[in-house]
Amino acid sequence: MNRRTARNQGGPAQRPGPPRGAVRLSLSRTGRRAGLFCLALILLLLANATRLQVFQGKSLNENAANQRTVIARYSQPRGNILVAGEAVTGSKKTGGTLAYQRTYTDGAFYAPVTGFSSQTYGNTLIEGVEDRILTGQDSRLSTNPVWDAISRAPVPGGNVFTTINPRVQRAAFQGLGGKRGAVAAIEPATGRILALASAPSYDPNGITGTGPATVADWTRLNADSTQPMLNRALRQTYPPGSTFKVVTLAAALQYGLYSGIDVPTNSPDPYTPKDTDHAITNESASDACTNATLAYALQVSCNTVFGKVGVDVGAQNMVRMAEAFGFNQSLQTIPVAVARSNFDTDLTSQALLALSSIGQYDTAATPLEMAEVAAAVANNGTLMQPRLLDKVTRSDGATVQSFGNRSFSRPFSAGVAAQIQQAMVGVVDSGTGTSAQIPGVVVGGKTGTAQNGVGNSGVPYAWFISYAKPSATAVSPVAVAVVIEDSDANRADVSGGGLAAPIAKAVMQAVLSG
Amino acid sequence: MRAQQPEPPSGRRVELFLLVLAVAIAVYGYVDVGSDMDGKVPSDTLRYGLGLGALALLAHLAVRRWARYADPLLLPIAVLLNGLGLVVIYRLDRSTPNDSTAPTQLVWSMVGVGLFIAVVVLLRDYRVLQRYAYVVALTTLLLMIVPAFLPAVYGAKIWIKIGPLSFQPGEIAKIALAIFFASYLAQHRDALALTGRRIWRLELPRGRNLGPIVLIWLVGAAILFLEQDLGTLLIFFGLFVVMLYVATARTGWIAVGLVLVGVAVVPVALWEPHVHVRFLDWLDPMRTIRLGQGPSQLAESLFAFAAGGLLGTGLGLGHSYLIGFAMKSDWILATFGEEIGLVGLAALFLLYAIVVVRGYRIGRELRDPFGRLLAIGLASLLALQVFVVAGGVTDLIPLTGMTMPFLAQGGSSLVTNWILIALLVKLGDAARRPRLPVPQLLTPPPGSDADSAARGESGPDEGEPGEGVPGEGVPGEGTPADEDPGGEETQAVPRP
Repeated sequence: MNRRTARNQGGPAQRPGPPRGAVRLSLSRTGRRAGLFCLALILLLLANATRLQVFQGKSLNENAANQRTVIARYSQPRGNILVAGEAVTGSKKTGGTLAYQRTYTDGAFYAPVTGFSSQTYGNTLIEGVEDRILTGQDSRLSTNPVWDAISRAPVPGGNVFTTINPRVQRAAFQGLGGKRGAVAAIEPATGRILALASAPSYDPNGITGTGPATVADWTRLNADSTQPMLNRALRQTYPPGSTFKVVTLAAALQYGLYSGIDVPTNSPDPYTPKDTDHAITNESASDACTNATLAYALQVSCNTVFGKVGVDVGAQNMVRMAEAFGFNQSLQTIPVAVARSNFDTDLTSQALLALSSIGQYDTAATPLEMAEVAAAVANNGTLMQPRLLDKVTRSDGATVQSFGNRSFSRPFSAGVAAQIQQAMVGVVDSGTGTSAQIPGVVVGGKTGTAQNGVGNSGVPYAWFISYAKPSATAVSPVAVAVVIEDSDANRADVSGGGLAAPIAKAVMQAVLSG
Repeated sequence: MRAQQPEPPSGRRVELFLLVLAVAIAVYGYVDVGSDMDGKVPSDTLRYGLGLGALALLAHLAVRRWARYADPLLLPIAVLLNGLGLVVIYRLDRSTPNDSTAPTQLVWSMVGVGLFIAVVVLLRDYRVLQRYAYVVALTTLLLMIVPAFLPAVYGAKIWIKIGPLSFQPGEIAKIALAIFFASYLAQHRDALALTGRRIWRLELPRGRNLGPIVLIWLVGAAILFLEQDLGTLLIFFGLFVVMLYVATARTGWIAVGLVLVGVAVVPVALWEPHVHVRFLDWLDPMRTIRLGQGPSQLAESLFAFAAGGLLGTGLGLGHSYLIGFAMKSDWILATFGEEIGLVGLAALFLLYAIVVVRGYRIGRELRDPFGRLLAIGLASLLALQVFVVAGGVTDLIPLTGMTMPFLAQGGSSLVTNWILIALLVKLGDAARRPRLPVPQLLTPPPGSDADSAARGESGPDEGEPGEGVPGEGVPGEGTPADEDPGGEETQAVPRP
């Protein structure tokens, strides 16, 4: 200001100017303005950089076309999934932009447990639900979150410990052999899942990477009519057939329809519900199902008895018992999501209720669900929440999260449980499930041969659910469900006792011998 | 003469200290890249450090001997920027194993420093440039016409390629144009400023005064138009407007300039496919993603900046290589943005701002209009380059495909900017050099040291009376702060 006023006063007086002498040129003043303009340009750049790097940073970083997210995810070895303390997964260097790729040490054998982690096709099962742990993104993995955020050092992926017992898993897969089917084994007292087998299985090693070979393998697996990538133990429901009679039996006893399993049931053979002309019959006419006791009816699997029992218990109580066993859960997670097992809640027809109560019509269950049924019986009436994980640790071994035992429900009393156990032991001792007998071990079970297809046109599914106890008073270490859907088998040979029970036996023996 | 007047601090010690610091920072960056990408210090760290240090030392010694009073910040900043550029080019070389460019850039750095030294040593008095302004401008224009008749390289006809060597005459033309503008405006600014007609609120210049300068500019613009090099056009134009305004103080120039740039840019943006795409990307950087064509280079650049955030990923840990083509030249700032973050970027911008401010300060301290305009022009040239390049890769303005001064891979640009710094060093030296009292001018003291000093100093004193400077030579004018009023008064006096 001083300078300017001085100039205004002194300028013209000092020298003779041209006619328009009032105009004076000041390089200083224009220079200063131009300089400020240049600085403003640079300041504008800084403001714009702040916009990009601070305010729009998040949305740009999360843009789907931004490869950095993917690059970061595969920038380090993925954490491992462990079975009995041994990693069943690994990582290998790719040499490409996505630095590390998943490997599986025994891919097909654990695929129903681990799922897959693919650079092209995403992540499934444990690889999916524990992805943030395995990639190191989970904030709990960081020992020093503030410093890690500043230094941006990638946190090594955590490890996931499963409840799977490798010997039981092996017994399940060996039992299934080449047959299509699934096995789920649970430790009844804890809910820990000991085996999840689904056959045919697949080797996920072929689909973990990127490129034409990966795409080809993926296409081949998806085109396979045997659906090797379908996890039959968790994600496929089957009509449970006669194995569902255990639920109907539990309802009959728990809701006081009969005082015990040795009371005659006052049931005709064949049984025709009131609102239909179609009679329910039994597989074998030689069995004395008329007025049979519950124990005998379970032993020889009387459709007539349990159809009528279901109707007598009533739709409301049947639904209540089925749901206490874990049916109709839309969002069951172990923490891997499990498909919903169904027992219809809107049955008004006695005919349909009768069919539903013997595991037909709309009744459908996953193998895991039927293993839960056996486990609730084996655990004296308390159903534990099934779980696939023991704990999650940092790469250095420190535990981040432990998965404890949680009870899911208490469908029936210990007294009722004892009677169901007695009836199921009868099935194995002298009924349809004799091929599951293990010398010196108390085994309770139930066979099932479920109709399949429209008008029973398909080959039926063979079921077996069971539990084992070293002695009558001991805690049961294993409950198991086996389903076989083998279209190659002779239709007459398909029965729970014939195809499924030996597999259940092998699985139970694998647990008991350990 | 030192006995008579207290010697002002030359700043050479400060410069030396800052040079050591600059080299140390660059070497640290080199070590950081190695340790982050390979887990070990690069084996040739010592060689890199000694090489850069030697270049810096040579330049410093030249300044010490031939531009003793130069601004002490300019050389260290240039060395630091050049050193960091080398580090990041080396880092990007690691991501592109088949395209190793750092060694070539190192050679260009040596050439750049060599030319810096050459200018500092050989250009005794910057006012020589004023005499050759027309020659310089015409030669440069001729050089720029040549690529128009050569095949286009990367979509623009701006290269002269001889064997493995390629050169962009447009780069060096910027400096030539600044010299020409400064010279012409210093001579004719009175006429340009004082005559003209007023239309509404704008004072427009008369055509005949404007003639030569517009002609030169038009020829330049036409060449650039033919060569499809929008960036150089923008910088030329920006320089033209800024210098005209500074020289004449007429805001009308800004309006004329805006019209001119509109006339030049709009048709190119609409109808030249190469440039049109850049305009579309500027308006919507995610356009190609929506079209299912994947991210454009601009989108990848924005992703890189965003990934850097506040503190950056650390050198060698980003993924700016996803930008692909020209990542080491036009897009190099994105790598800085990602790996040293907003904080690092702010520091870089600050370094450029310091050079610009120092350039303007030199302009203020100088007494003759040519020197003033040249210093301001060169400083503005740097600011405009930084703005056009950085603004382009950060989606502030349309992308123009230019190189970030000192940082980017590319010999022409690097060499040109070293010459720019050399000229500012010489101008600064002239501005701060203590003046001889008038009587001593008549009898120069004997002795070689005093001789060379006297020559440099005698220049302004001889020249300024010719420019009609009544205030010059007043005792006590040695301090820069006093100069303005004296300088101002002279400006309106018509040339004899």
